[in-house]
Amino acid sequence: MSAKEWPLWEVFIRSKNGLHHRHAGSVHAADAQMALENARDIYTRRQEGISLWVVPSKEIVASSPEDKEAFFEPAVDKIYRHPTFYVLPDEVNNM
Amino acid sequence: MKNWDSLNLFHHYVLEIADNTLILGQQLCEWCGHGPILEQDIALSNIALDLLGQSRLYYQYLSESTGGNFKEDDFLMYRDARKYRNSLLVEMPNGNWGTTITRQFLFDQFHILLLQKLSESSDQRLAEIAVKSIKEVKYHQRFSAEWVIRLGDGTQESHVIMQDSVDELYKYTCDFFVSTEADQYAASNGICAIPTEFEQLYYANVNGILQEATLKIPEIKKPIYSGKKGYHTEKLGYILAELQYMENMYPNCEW
Repeated sequence: MSAKEWPLWEVFIRSKNGLHHRHAGSVHAADAQMALENARDIYTRRQEGISLWVVPSKEIVASSPEDKEAFFEPAVDKIYRHPTFYVLPDEVNNM
Repeated sequence: MKNWDSLNLFHHYVLEIADNTLILGQQLCEWCGHGPILEQDIALSNIALDLLGQSRLYYQYLSESTGGNFKEDDFLMYRDARKYRNSLLVEMPNGNWGTTITRQFLFDQFHILLLQKLSESSDQRLAEIAVKSIKEVKYHQRFSAEWVIRLGDGTQESHVIMQDSVDELYKYTCDFFVSTEADQYAASNGICAIPTEFEQLYYANVNGILQEATLKIPEIKKPIYSGKKGYHTEKLGYILAELQYMENMYPNCEW
């Protein structure tokens, strides 16, 4: 990265109360404050959200593709870990 | 031909506000696609659209209050510079990023104080427009003030560019505070306070931020008043030529 380029930030938006923040994309910004404002300008122009998080991209620790087998495949045949055997009443949303 | 002389002091007063947001919005649109980085390009375009949207609310109201004799577009398309009542600051050219930010900052600080007064207006419609606009302008004000501080108190180069912009534009702020006949009409009818009522507060706010940005506050040697009275710089002519081009070439065109 050239010295003139601003660092990258990941943007998370919560679309309404009760929901999680979800990853929306990224922005360039010189500091946290500017990152929040840039995120507001780029990602919430069409009423996408009511709350914003920004996180420096370099702070995100990611799993590596080589670990895919060991990390994720053991879960494939363990269907009993999902609560799919219960019947939920209709009033319960967003589960 | 529209009989512009039929407009009264109330109309003139609303035009003073509407023309500011229109001309500044139109100028900011020129940045679209040319901002220093994508994020700021979009930020300025957002502000431009906010301002144009606010202008429309005023022109629509004006159109209604003339009983439809003047349409919303008539105010934009069929007035020449002499009939525009915007302050001189907003017609100053975009210049570089620093000039645009400085112009925005000096305007936003005025705009928010004006809207706060207008939100208490005896005219219910104007009060409603003000309340709606304040939400947008609070963000503009925050955006431009932060950039002034960032660049003024930034590198040697950005500091020099900002000081040049402030030196060039500061003197035009007095134009906000001249009391026209329309301003006096508005004040005596409870429509909005006379601008001099918040002049001191304006300069306290502006100068405070300039100081924080380590910028020198220029001395206004010869105050410039005239925009609100319809006397403009030649620059407004160029802005209007572009704004009104389509309507002049293809009158009443629709798409």
